[in-house]
Amino acid sequence: MPSTSIFVDEIPLVRFCLGRADDALVLGHRLSEWSGKAPTLEEELALANIGLDLIGQARALYTYAGGLTGHSEDELAYLRDERGYRNLLLVEQPNGDFAVTIVRQFFYSAFADPFWRAMMGSRAATLAAIAAKAEKEISYHLRHASEWLIRLGDGTEESHRRAQDAVDRLFPFTGEMFGCDDGEESLVAAGVAINPEIIRPVWDATLAEILAHAALTRPRDGWMQTGGRAGVHSEHLGHLLAELQYLQRSYPGAKW
Amino acid sequence: MAEQPMPLWEVFIRSRNGMAHRHVGSVHAADAEFALQAARDVYTRRGEGLSIWVVPSVAITASDPGDKDSLFEPTASKIYRHPTFYDIPDEVGHM
Repeated sequence: MPSTSIFVDEIPLVRFCLGRADDALVLGHRLSEWSGKAPTLEEELALANIGLDLIGQARALYTYAGGLTGHSEDELAYLRDERGYRNLLLVEQPNGDFAVTIVRQFFYSAFADPFWRAMMGSRAATLAAIAAKAEKEISYHLRHASEWLIRLGDGTEESHRRAQDAVDRLFPFTGEMFGCDDGEESLVAAGVAINPEIIRPVWDATLAEILAHAALTRPRDGWMQTGGRAGVHSEHLGHLLAELQYLQRSYPGAKW
Repeated sequence: MAEQPMPLWEVFIRSRNGMAHRHVGSVHAADAEFALQAARDVYTRRGEGLSIWVVPSVAITASDPGDKDSLFEPTASKIYRHPTFYDIPDEVGHM
């Protein structure tokens, strides 16, 4: 059977967009896995809302990247293999218990909110517009995750233990967010992208504030997991993509 | 360990400036801040609101349905309280 996979010519701007789009799509898909299983009806809707925000951001970025490469947003989402996915390892980590889901969302949002705020000054007008929309949405995601984390960390003995476990387990995946390869450096020099390193002080301050409220301990900065941006993923992404891409792989070109 | 039941909150949303907050439903939440978030997530998904109030359901004092005859029935015979006895000049148009 012939492969349906596509290969994308990743000039730096395309690669940059795919990375951010894949972050949003994969994390949005993870949140969709809570549908029907969330602890309360209210939280079910909250997680689905956040997932839909992220998938909307992914669509805008795929459409933009697709315009540069001649691929549709669906092709970029459904027909790239695991090694072509450029998302952070953090966002592909399984949902785990509720604390893991919340900590993953907190880490991502604490980074993505200031990231998109800074991207609003991009010289690429489309990216600046996508950034403005994303920043508004993610500032709510950050608020939602922060409020939960404070209550889990400063809640019962069990919720505190689970929240600290989640923080300890996911923290080594956060270093990758601040990476900036040579291609991205060229975009930074052109004023199209930002070097994520410039938002590290904001990220540090958010963690310090919320973890203190939550009576949780920030792990020490040490060795960090990387590889997602280069397409070297954990064992979890393949399973996620199998489910996400199944329909287009089995019925190529199927439409709503 | 027994779980505490989640308190119930009544949700009021103001859809536009100048309008009153209207009751739209209720949510379960552990505290006020979360009730506000839950109300946002459950009741404003389609651009319904500009402002949300949440009120603990236990803070509402309700009239007793058994009292409805004495509370509400007597007004039925007082039609002169309705402003329907005035002739509106055509120039006024729709009121």
